[in-house]
Amino acid sequence: MTESFVPVLILILFGIALGAGMLIVNWYVGTHRRNPSKLAPYEGGVPLLDTNRKRINVRFYQIAMLFIIFDIEAAFIYPWAVIYRDATMTSSGIALFALGEMFVFVTLLAVGYIYVWKKKAFDWN
Amino acid sequence: MAIGEYLWLVPLLPLVGAAINGFRAAYAKGEKSKTLTNGVALGSTLLSAIIASFAAWRYGLAKVPYEVVYWDWIPAGLGNVAGGLLGNFNVELGLQIDSLSITMMMVVTWIGFLIHVYATGYMGHEKGYTRFFAYLNLFMFMMLLLVLGNNYVVMFVGWEGVGLCSYLLIGFYYDKTFAADAGKKAFITNRIGDFGFLLGIFLLFNWFGTADYTKVFALAAHDPLRFEGVATLLCLCLFVGACGKSAQFPLYVWLPDAMAGPTPVSALIHAATMVTAGVYMVVRSNVLFRLSPEAMLVVACVGAFTAIFAATIGLAQNDIKKVLAYSTVSQLGYMFLAAGVGAYTAAIFHLMTHAFFKACLFLGAGSVIHGCSGEQDMRKMGGLGKYMPRTHVTMGIATVAIAGIPPLAGFFSKDEILASAFFKRFETLGEPWSWFPLVLFGVGMLAAMCTAFYMFRLYFMTFVGEYRGAAEAGHGAHAGHDAHGHDDHSQGHADDHGHYGGAPHESPWSMTGVLWILAVGSILAGLVGFPLALIGKHQPTYFQSWLEPILLPIGGHAFHFHEAELTMEVILIAASVAVAVIGIVIAYFFYKADPSWSKPKQLAAGAPKLYDVLLNKYYVDEIYGATVIRGTIVLSLILKWIDTNIVDGAVNGVRHVTVLIFGHGSNLVDKYVVDGAVNGVASGAKGSSTLLRRMQTGVVQNYALVMGAGVVLLAVVYLAFEVLGKMQG
Amino acid sequence: MTWADLLFLLPEIVLSIGGCLLLLAPVIGGRNNGVAAKWSMLLLLVATAAAIYVAAGAGIPSLALGTLFVADPFAVFFKLLFVVVIAMITLLSAEFLEDGRYSAWEYYSLMAFALCGMMFMASGTHLISIYVGLELLSLASYILAGYYKNETRSTEAAMKYFVLGATSSGILLYGMSLIYGACGSLHLEAISQAVATMAGNQALIIGVMLLGAGLCFKVAAVPFHVWTPDVYTGAPTPVTAFLSTASKVAAFAIFARIFYMGLHSLEPDWNSIIATVAALSMIVGNLAAVTQTNVKRMLAYSSIAHAGYALLGVLAMSEIGLQGVLIYMLVYAFANIGTWAMVMLLRRREYAGENVDDFDGLHKSAPLYAFAMVVFLLSLGGIPPTAGFIGKYYLFAAAISAGYAWLAVIAVLMSAVSMFYYFRLVVAMYLKDGAAADVIPSRQVRFIVIVCLIATLTLGILPERMIRGAARSIAPIVNLASR
Repeated sequence: MTESFVPVLILILFGIALGAGMLIVNWYVGTHRRNPSKLAPYEGGVPLLDTNRKRINVRFYQIAMLFIIFDIEAAFIYPWAVIYRDATMTSSGIALFALGEMFVFVTLLAVGYIYVWKKKAFDWN
Repeated sequence: MAIGEYLWLVPLLPLVGAAINGFRAAYAKGEKSKTLTNGVALGSTLLSAIIASFAAWRYGLAKVPYEVVYWDWIPAGLGNVAGGLLGNFNVELGLQIDSLSITMMMVVTWIGFLIHVYATGYMGHEKGYTRFFAYLNLFMFMMLLLVLGNNYVVMFVGWEGVGLCSYLLIGFYYDKTFAADAGKKAFITNRIGDFGFLLGIFLLFNWFGTADYTKVFALAAHDPLRFEGVATLLCLCLFVGACGKSAQFPLYVWLPDAMAGPTPVSALIHAATMVTAGVYMVVRSNVLFRLSPEAMLVVACVGAFTAIFAATIGLAQNDIKKVLAYSTVSQLGYMFLAAGVGAYTAAIFHLMTHAFFKACLFLGAGSVIHGCSGEQDMRKMGGLGKYMPRTHVTMGIATVAIAGIPPLAGFFSKDEILASAFFKRFETLGEPWSWFPLVLFGVGMLAAMCTAFYMFRLYFMTFVGEYRGAAEAGHGAHAGHDAHGHDDHSQGHADDHGHYGGAPHESPWSMTGVLWILAVGSILAGLVGFPLALIGKHQPTYFQSWLEPILLPIGGHAFHFHEAELTMEVILIAASVAVAVIGIVIAYFFYKADPSWSKPKQLAAGAPKLYDVLLNKYYVDEIYGATVIRGTIVLSLILKWIDTNIVDGAVNGVRHVTVLIFGHGSNLVDKYVVDGAVNGVASGAKGSSTLLRRMQTGVVQNYALVMGAGVVLLAVVYLAFEVLGKMQG
Repeated sequence: MTWADLLFLLPEIVLSIGGCLLLLAPVIGGRNNGVAAKWSMLLLLVATAAAIYVAAGAGIPSLALGTLFVADPFAVFFKLLFVVVIAMITLLSAEFLEDGRYSAWEYYSLMAFALCGMMFMASGTHLISIYVGLELLSLASYILAGYYKNETRSTEAAMKYFVLGATSSGILLYGMSLIYGACGSLHLEAISQAVATMAGNQALIIGVMLLGAGLCFKVAAVPFHVWTPDVYTGAPTPVTAFLSTASKVAAFAIFARIFYMGLHSLEPDWNSIIATVAALSMIVGNLAAVTQTNVKRMLAYSSIAHAGYALLGVLAMSEIGLQGVLIYMLVYAFANIGTWAMVMLLRRREYAGENVDDFDGLHKSAPLYAFAMVVFLLSLGGIPPTAGFIGKYYLFAAAISAGYAWLAVIAVLMSAVSMFYYFRLVVAMYLKDGAAADVIPSRQVRFIVIVCLIATLTLGILPERMIRGAARSIAPIVNLASR
């Protein structure tokens, strides 16, 4: 069984060798001219407007997080839809149950949505 | 009416008294009526004592042991125990009446009642009077539960209960810091003992499947071969518990400090009853101990060593209560010596006589302290016989009794113990242990001489000669060393009488009356153990035959009391009286014949090191402080330090190594990537974020690292056990 | 799956709906009314308790959601305990929520969700349903720990708890995935059948080890205890009471169920690990507590030690052991909540009675409460006749009869050490002079102290009902394990 992983190992080694080889060749073949603009984030020479480590308003995180939560939960409806379609093909009561489950799920989402909305979490001020 | 129908009243009445007085102490407004307090406390105790006597009388008629179970306390059901035995972890709450518990019950109730009476006089001027009696009654309840319980777990309940009351009473409210420390010390030392006791109980469950006395002893007596192998460990565990409660070496240290409590407490709890619980336990378990000569030898050796050890400390103490405290430790040592050499009846006999004369001595000391306005240093007493005639006479009787002069009580019990040690042989242990009790006999004789000496030293210093109270005010050379341990009786007392520093005075009748009763007891109590051999009858003494039912025959062999030729008996008696007399004579020449005490001073000056060692109690407290206590605290600090620091260090170490290897770049990674993740969340907390970040950075990661290391540790443990298992298998 | 299954899920459904309503109440009604929130929460708890009874009586086999969920007596025991504990914590919390600085409705809503999570844990027979319950509890706990959001300590506590909790969840999940890989199922019964023939399987052992590590984090056992002192000290005291009782009890419920139901035949492989954790917890927890002067921190370390004792019951793999876990959890919950309530009851200059010297001379100013505190401490220390003795009795007896005498020795010795620091408080209350901190006039906190006092004494003196209850509750699990 272990032998079947040998190709994978070879592939890994090959990948490492390829990456490392390119870097090494580049190091030796390329020319090195260091100057400040070369070390700047944008090598094209566009000056930085500000530091990249500054703080960002907490609202940004808040809305981002809310987006992610609702987004992912909404994505959960897709697999459900597939299962629901299969369930309706059979005659058992499971389809009805699944529909009910989704109502519960959406209601919970709605509760959360109403909560954050009423809490003014979407207001930017 | 069966005994079981009213036996529960014996422990319960004091509990009711405690509840009433405790409730009044906590909630009654203003001045509490002393009459009511006394009525409740004394009434409940007296009633309990009367019912106990009735039960004893009923038992005495038929002498049928009686057991009554009130309810299934812990109905644990079945469980597997060792040896494929399906054991029963049930615990019933039941009481048991037999010769032993009757004896203990009578001692506890009647001496307890007398001390309650005494306390009404002694504590009369103190604050917290009602609360004091509530605790005292609660103690009575717990102590009675301890001696009447029908299994080890109920005994353990009482055991812990008396402990708790004892700690609360030690620190009753006197000399705050020291009393609190003394209470704590008593508590901790006892916990070490309880550790052994509790393990012993679990071992009992494991091997016998029950903790009921009757069942355990029946099993052990019926099938000794099966339990011989395990008896030693079991008995030693139990004995550790006994050492804690009964102040045996090396766990005796709490008892002398416990003298910080009020004197009635010292008399009741720390002399007559609670501290004898260990002796009771060992005697109760005699069937188990008899299975293991090794354990018995250990008990005997510890007892004998404690007896001589504490007696020598007692030689040099100047605080009247300290002398009595070390004397108690020493006498308890005698009781264990007795139990160790198989003289279980002698142990209980000495327990009973000791309860009389030691209670008398303590209460007498309390009376002296009361009369001298709180003074406890014997060097500032003297000549009190003139001022306090009743205290003088009663204490004198008790002193003679404890010194072992016939025909007083102490003589009979101590003589029986020494004779038992003299005749005991541990045949199964081989040389030299088989005749080792002879050595213990010698040690006991020596301790008896010391006892006679320091007790008469106490007597002469206190009652004879001239009163040194006021005149010796400037005598400060030695005065400071044992300032601890005073019960500071003068606090509430001096103001009321307005005679602080004045002439000593006799105590009220409520105190001296009790002293008289106890003194009479000290004279007569020994007669129940009169060695009948002296009048030509070769049979057990009355006391021995009374207690014989608890000494079950093991494997069909009945218990044998030692028997000896009349001449041998007489020689032993003569020897034990002789050593007592020697002790007394030395004390006389040292402290009576020469009022300037030049000889003891010369001796102390001649061997200053030895004197210091004795005066400082062999520095045992200091040794414990430096090793056990310091060790625990250091260990705790180390753990605390590891919890907060070493983890940091480890992570920083890793970081430094990383920096060394990967240079500057990884430092940036460390700073921005790792911290950034934490800071991103932290900045949500706006105002506090700066502070938070400073406190946070690293620490959470360190904690996570510990958890990671923990997983590795578990893996290592697993592998280690695997490897070990493979090596063994 | 049928609609009838919903009957078994009734308590959880009631709680979820109730939790949602509590959450919506302030945004719809618009007012932060602590008293109304408290009564709503209590009403919800009563409804939940009723639902538990209904679900418990709804028939056998009480399976729902396929076989992911079971409402067996074991689960019912824990659920009822949870409801009682949460009810007490509700009353304890009322004090700090009523002044209006913090939103009461949301607090109780989080409590309700946490309770729902705990109930799922108690009922879960599948590692995924257990995990979902655990996460629901954890997420709510993180927020609750930081509920004093304007106080650095509280926020810090929440942060630490969150980061470390997430890490431990990761470890737990990894362990579960390895177990799944080895056994091909996450259902406890299936795991039990699979592992019966797999002793010594390395992947399985690593999985169990990681699973155990994740659980040990939840019960705060050494070496996964590092978060405990900081979080317990920083969190609002009622939340600390919640974390050290309800959360820990729930974690022990799944600990016991997973190990007794799923992994019992693998015992020779994991016993050394659990034994080590138990020993370390008892030693480190008790010894580190000795030098603490902050009562909250001291109790935090003591709760680490208690996790160690309770692990003895898991380790023993016997009826007595499992019974011991149940009993210990019950008695520990009461004694511990009582202690925390006492800490809340004392107040010195706006701060809770967190230092040992806040207890100085308490027996004079408040004799009843000083007495109650003594009883709680004795119970925690395992001294008869308090309830704690019964719990320790079972656990130690189980350890000895299972052949772990050395662990029992450590346990007994360490409970002697524990009395050393518990007794510091007794000394402070009874033997020291000095002004105790004020006793706040909150009737609710006092009520909880009295309730815990009565429970601790009653369960100690008349433990029969508790013991029989525990014996009934373990029956389904023990039957399964003996199959």
